[in-house]
Amino acid sequence: MERTSTGVPNEKMLMWAFIGSECMLFGSLIATYLAYRGRSIVGPYEEELLNIPFITVTTFVLLMSSLMMVLALSAVQRGDPRGSKLFLLLTALLGLVFLAGQVFEFNHFAHEGLGLGRNLFSGTFFLTTGFHGAHVTVGVIWLLTLWAMAMRGRLGPEKSLKVEVAGLYWHFVDVVWIVLFTVIYLMSGASGA
Amino acid sequence: MATAEAAAHSEGKAGGTYAGGLWSWITTVDHKRIGILYFLSGLFFFLVGGLEAMLIRLQLAVPENTVLSAEVFNQLFTMHGLTMVLFAVMPMAAGAFNYIVPLQIGARDVAFPRLNAFSYWLFLCGALLLNSSFFFGGAPSAGWFAYANLTSSQFSPGHGMDFYVLGLALAGAASIVAALNFIVTIINLRAPGLTFMRLPLFTWMTLVVSFLIILAFPPFTIGTIFLLFDRMFGTLFFEPSGGGDPVLWQHLFWIFGHPEVYILILPAFGIVSDVIPTFSRKPLFGYPVVVYSGILIAFLGFGVWAHHMFSVGLGPIANSAFSGLTMLIAIPTGVKMFNWIATMWGGSIRFRAPMLFSIGLVAMFTIGGLSGVMHASAPADLQQTDTYFVVAHLHYVLFGGTIFGLFAGIYYWFPKVTGRLLGERLATAHFWLLLIGMNLTFFPMHFAGLHGMPRRTFTYPAGLGFEGYNLASTVGAGITLLAMLLFLLNFVRSLRSEATAGANPWEASTLEWATSSPPPVHNFDVTPEVTSRDPLWYDGIALPAGEEEFHMPNPSYWPLVVAGGILMAAAGALVGLPVALLGAAVALAGIYGWSFEPIH
Repeated sequence: MERTSTGVPNEKMLMWAFIGSECMLFGSLIATYLAYRGRSIVGPYEEELLNIPFITVTTFVLLMSSLMMVLALSAVQRGDPRGSKLFLLLTALLGLVFLAGQVFEFNHFAHEGLGLGRNLFSGTFFLTTGFHGAHVTVGVIWLLTLWAMAMRGRLGPEKSLKVEVAGLYWHFVDVVWIVLFTVIYLMSGASGA
Repeated sequence: MATAEAAAHSEGKAGGTYAGGLWSWITTVDHKRIGILYFLSGLFFFLVGGLEAMLIRLQLAVPENTVLSAEVFNQLFTMHGLTMVLFAVMPMAAGAFNYIVPLQIGARDVAFPRLNAFSYWLFLCGALLLNSSFFFGGAPSAGWFAYANLTSSQFSPGHGMDFYVLGLALAGAASIVAALNFIVTIINLRAPGLTFMRLPLFTWMTLVVSFLIILAFPPFTIGTIFLLFDRMFGTLFFEPSGGGDPVLWQHLFWIFGHPEVYILILPAFGIVSDVIPTFSRKPLFGYPVVVYSGILIAFLGFGVWAHHMFSVGLGPIANSAFSGLTMLIAIPTGVKMFNWIATMWGGSIRFRAPMLFSIGLVAMFTIGGLSGVMHASAPADLQQTDTYFVVAHLHYVLFGGTIFGLFAGIYYWFPKVTGRLLGERLATAHFWLLLIGMNLTFFPMHFAGLHGMPRRTFTYPAGLGFEGYNLASTVGAGITLLAMLLFLLNFVRSLRSEATAGANPWEASTLEWATSSPPPVHNFDVTPEVTSRDPLWYDGIALPAGEEEFHMPNPSYWPLVVAGGILMAAAGALVGLPVALLGAAVALAGIYGWSFEPIH
């Protein structure tokens, strides 16, 4: 690894700075969501649609993917090829399960009459969660690429920084979801059952 | 491909010679070449934006003029603003970031050379996409801040606003990527001993501006995405009939737009903070305070966006808070002014071109700063908003400040980049003509504005007392154009002159002057060790003996492939889904090609 002034690898610092930038991106989306909450003038409204128990399950799945990510990094750093492959794949798969839940949810909402341009809730909801979903998608593609590298035996401990940087991204996307889950779902006034 | 690989080897290993030819520029990842590309593109768009301004002034020279139609006039002032801010000033500053910062910190390149090339190509794609709107049914015409709901498909039915959204999305992403790169470069690639409090001010301000860019552009990006969805998919973000609030756009825009003005001015402040000590032969007065005030300006700059919105009616408490914070910014800015003056005080001053433009900045920015404090006061602003008074203010800070600062940088670093000095006599004529031209153009606008002349109207009736001011402004614009022609003449002539500048023609103190002009591909044969601020003045540089082993990065065409794919995807939003998908596929393939290509 190249010498750096701070001792922090360049790639890692790049990811941290990028995450700082992303905070403003999601911050703007969340601020807009909050500013427009409850201001739709036609239904269906959020409290009629949001299904907290269902999303709690997919949220749990996404959080578990973060745990798998930690285990994957640890396996790569240890030089454990079996663990690397297993946990990278599991992280990506759990991300895919989360995305499947989102597709199901979006479909269901559309079926209930919530088109993209239906009301203020539809626009803010689809764009905010959709943006997050796009980030998860990118993460899944990234993880599967790393997994393919691991399958071909090209992801030894000397490449662990690649996994660490991907992990930073993945954990950040998870943290954003925790905020979205709180702001959009838990604070929505939708009934718990 | 064989040629590229051969070029890779001659560029990297031999160290010192560049491969020639167009392909070597297309695939270059060298920070100096990318800096030159950025600068020349910025200069080109500076001329385009200047041409737009000349047409605007021609139309306004006399009342009831018919040179331009109202529609064309609207397109021109919109594109003038966008071009100057995003495609002229920012890339010219980025050119200096690219070329100078790695040299000033004693690095061989930026932290991510290919990402740097990608930033440039993506910026160019965004600029071309936006400007192509002139040929596809008309440019955007809702002003550079594009207030909702003037921009809805009802009130802006053509494709102009779509070009705005897509072009700026690409340019914004390019800026963010470049800024991320410079943050890592400056924090991580400093030469041994070059602590933060020894960094040249230009590098410092590049770092501050990079943080501003990565934090300010995302809200604007979100705003443009909302607008895109409103226009293309019928969402209601800015649609009052559906409960949407057009003021949301103003907030998202100005949370970006106000930091943006510091993104434009702080590089210029950095340049003059390097130039004034050099030409006063004195270290910068109060170095830490100049650094801290730059950081403070940037920090406060995020808390004042609503002073652009006093006439919206946010209420007395919000208006008072934003008024007060805005006035506070005058303090760190004033501190810098006094530091520059104190640097000159008692120095042995050489009035060479870079120094003239730096002093020009100090004087002109002060005028613009004073009118800025005037409309920081909400009640005064209500009289001034949307009049030519604001146009006068913003041109004093952006033209008198940023452009003068950039010219100081051009004259200062031209010998480093080319090995040649720009002609001093033409430079002096350029300076004085530009100073006279800009004051004649913009000073009367203060009066026109206070007499009630509104911005952004394509003509005005006779008999309201605007005629004299406007004619003076147009004459002034003509003088400015003449000054620019002198500059271009000087630029071309000097490029053909003999390379006699030498490594350090100005006897300056910072690291970029420790290497030859122009520098070799690898910048420094051995990485210098720095033991003081102003290293070249105080024996603050040690060159370790012996050979140093290093590898320069290979050229790569993948950055251009990815940028081209993204351009195709963006154009697909206007042309059709298949094009967009194809573009996305090209970009994705490019990212894979890039990721698995060896760097060295």
